Amino acid sequence: MELESGASTPALELRGIDKRFGPVHANRGVSLRVARGSIHGLIGENGAGKSTLMNIVFGFHPADSGEIWVHGSRRRIARPRDAISAGIGMVHQHFMLVERFTVLENVVLGAEGGARLSGGLAAAREGLGRLGREYGLEVPLDAETGRLPVGVQQRVEILKALHHGADILILDEPTAVLTPGEAARLFRMLRRLRDQGKTVILVTHKLREIMAVTDRVTVMRQGAVVHETSTPDTSPPALAEQMVGRSVLLRVEKSAARPGKPLLEVRDLVVRDGLGVDRVKGVSFALRAGEIVGVAGVSGNGQSELLEAIAGMREPSSGAVIVGGRRLRAGEGPAGRRREGVAHVPEDRLRIGVVASFSAEENFILGYQDRPGYRRGPLTRRGAVRAECESRMATYDVRPPDPALRITAFSGGNQQKLVLAREMDCGPSVLVVGQPTRGVDIGAIEFIHRRLVALRDMGKAVLVVSVELDEILALSDRILVMAGGEIVGELAGDRATEEAVGLLMAGVRPGAQP
Amino acid sequence: MSAARGLPRWADMLVLPLVNLAAALLISGIVIRLVGESPLAAFRLMAVGAFGAQDSIGYTLFYATDFVFTGLAVAVAFHAGLFNIGGEGQAYIGGLGAGLVSLALGGTTPWVAIPLGIAAAAAFGAAWAFIPAWLQARRGSHIVITTIMFNFIASALMTYLLVNVLIRPGQQSPESRQFGAAAAMPAVHEVLAKLGIAFAPSPFNLATLLAAAACVLVWAYLWRTPWGYALRVVGQNPQAAAYAGISPARVIIVSMLVSGALAGCLGVNELMGSEHRILLDFPGGAGFVGIAVALMGRNHPAGIVAASLLFGALYQGGTQLSFDMPHVNRDMVVLIQGLVILFCGALENVFRRPLAAVLAPLGRRKG
Repeated sequence: MELESGASTPALELRGIDKRFGPVHANRGVSLRVARGSIHGLIGENGAGKSTLMNIVFGFHPADSGEIWVHGSRRRIARPRDAISAGIGMVHQHFMLVERFTVLENVVLGAEGGARLSGGLAAAREGLGRLGREYGLEVPLDAETGRLPVGVQQRVEILKALHHGADILILDEPTAVLTPGEAARLFRMLRRLRDQGKTVILVTHKLREIMAVTDRVTVMRQGAVVHETSTPDTSPPALAEQMVGRSVLLRVEKSAARPGKPLLEVRDLVVRDGLGVDRVKGVSFALRAGEIVGVAGVSGNGQSELLEAIAGMREPSSGAVIVGGRRLRAGEGPAGRRREGVAHVPEDRLRIGVVASFSAEENFILGYQDRPGYRRGPLTRRGAVRAECESRMATYDVRPPDPALRITAFSGGNQQKLVLAREMDCGPSVLVVGQPTRGVDIGAIEFIHRRLVALRDMGKAVLVVSVELDEILALSDRILVMAGGEIVGELAGDRATEEAVGLLMAGVRPGAQP
Repeated sequence: MSAARGLPRWADMLVLPLVNLAAALLISGIVIRLVGESPLAAFRLMAVGAFGAQDSIGYTLFYATDFVFTGLAVAVAFHAGLFNIGGEGQAYIGGLGAGLVSLALGGTTPWVAIPLGIAAAAAFGAAWAFIPAWLQARRGSHIVITTIMFNFIASALMTYLLVNVLIRPGQQSPESRQFGAAAAMPAVHEVLAKLGIAFAPSPFNLATLLAAAACVLVWAYLWRTPWGYALRVVGQNPQAAAYAGISPARVIIVSMLVSGALAGCLGVNELMGSEHRILLDFPGGAGFVGIAVALMGRNHPAGIVAASLLFGALYQGGTQLSFDMPHVNRDMVVLIQGLVILFCGALENVFRRPLAAVLAPLGRRKG
């Protein structure tokens, strides 16, 4: 073990980390210094290599070359166990918790302390009480983990890392599943951890979080570090420019909406899931021509089920979806929606919106394969499909503009542009979009938002379901907030604030007693 | 551009199957050595047995025709995400259809008997596949389980019919009477003789043209029509299919009907083309070999033709080998065929990584 001394020894230092996955060069000689007792932000677009880098630090992948130094000594980290023993803890975007275990059992998992569980549990109970008081991380130790709110489960993950002796804590996109209120609470906890001498690395793609909580920030682009600065010295537009490599517009420029007649109505819609639980509990609203309506809510509050019921992918157990004045019958499904001019961009693009093993042009006709323009007798008009796909790729700036390329060879943003191109190509009167910019880079977000506004300005109706509050606030002319399967509030887009929407998302009704 | 698991497409289609085949032959060679014969001599005998004379080529192509039908049957179902193990039973029942029409119309003209015989083979095979398909689509019964069970049911049904119903009166062996001449699929050597070309007699018959047409039609269906597109979407991503308004249940039933019809056409080759009567167990495992053929042929008609030729040659050459080498019996030939299936099917991915590693520098230089 080599040693370096000095007061300014960084908690974590990476030197020339390089990693390839086949033809993909995920990390290109990345060097990074994270000061002890600081909150260090790591920001970059999807695919910039930040997750790969953190997975190398935590021992999930070995680096092809490069060195990892922890508190001045060089460490060989080949497995997560090595990272844990070096004092590194990681909280993943998707929690690694056993839902049926109690909180205490989850925390000791991997650090049981001997063959007899009871001793380890007792010791852990005492230690956790102390940790909880010290950092404001109180959790109910004997509750079943799966029944706790997501924000509390995340606290369990953090506690678990600290209990395993973590001194450096890596959080990967920690706010993706939180309400704004829970996120604020998380940030308070992170500051407290820092003030007690812990080192925190926050991996995110949200500029707002970087500005809110970090001390320093490192920007990654295409596998390399392109920028590093102290957070007070930078600004969101400057960071965005570094992330994308050119200047970007963070706001959506749009004029006031001029809503016309209702094109799509939802009346008393109830959607029951496979387990017999009502996920949507009697939702009613109208979507008018020339407006964008945003549905906000914390993930899992019925927005997805609402979207699927409107798009025909899920049969509502009662209530009606009315398009152009006609009540859709049960069993009309997605094909019926398309006939009525309702296009749908699904939330989970890779799982539902495209066929991963197909080329771009084959995906371009998904759902429209029977259109008269695409077939002659029993045969598909491949020339026509290719020409149409090529022209749409040009209009929607899909890169590379190669219709024969496999869809998974495109970046998330370009895949999404192709899906949007497909769904807007048929001249829909109503477009329902789930998570329009999930997994999409900033440059493409700007483009997609402009397209949605342009569709609205053509007099079409657009329904946007998104868990990104910024996106809802930027795009919507009206905002519907869902919590617990119901619409708990409606706000005008130009007057809504993050706080107002955030309170509704948390289930606090205006005027209700706290 | 590289394939999902790191191999270029050409290597995945050509080099990998050849490497697997070579490995199978290597092990076979060791076994042949162990029983005291020369592996090289054995392989030479097999090659000569399969391709050395006009009649052996005829036999090879005759067997290959069976495998094309059953291989295509597996491939069509596979593209819809279904593993149809019932090719054997569907071929058996397809043969019943061909046989019944041939028995009934054997006295008419070939222009009536042959097209109707083919249609009946396809229809009976499709009908046998329909039941598991319906159970899968509407009741969720797993098609692997039901098609396996339907092989046994087909076998029991055919035994019953041949022993009790179709047996030629006054005969001991469970076989039907001979078909009439009108229901005979013309043999290739007869057709060539009419054109003045001499060709040694073999069961090689015009059902091979039907198999060739089936290859083209399956290819066009899967990759050139909206229905084939819908079928592949269901196979690749059922949720995307639902999103696209494609009914998976409908695709399951249609693809299994096509699959069963293709398997059923084996009856045209075996019964109308060669045996000219219905007899026990005529598919002889070709339905199962179809699985290996489809796997090795990458579920593409061109690959299936190549793999069928290989397995046809193994069948014919292996038969020859067991005649000529005293220590190599029929079981040894089955062992060789089994090794080929093992390496090209079950162990298909064993050489993928090493091969990718060998080919990687090549790709980098090109890219």
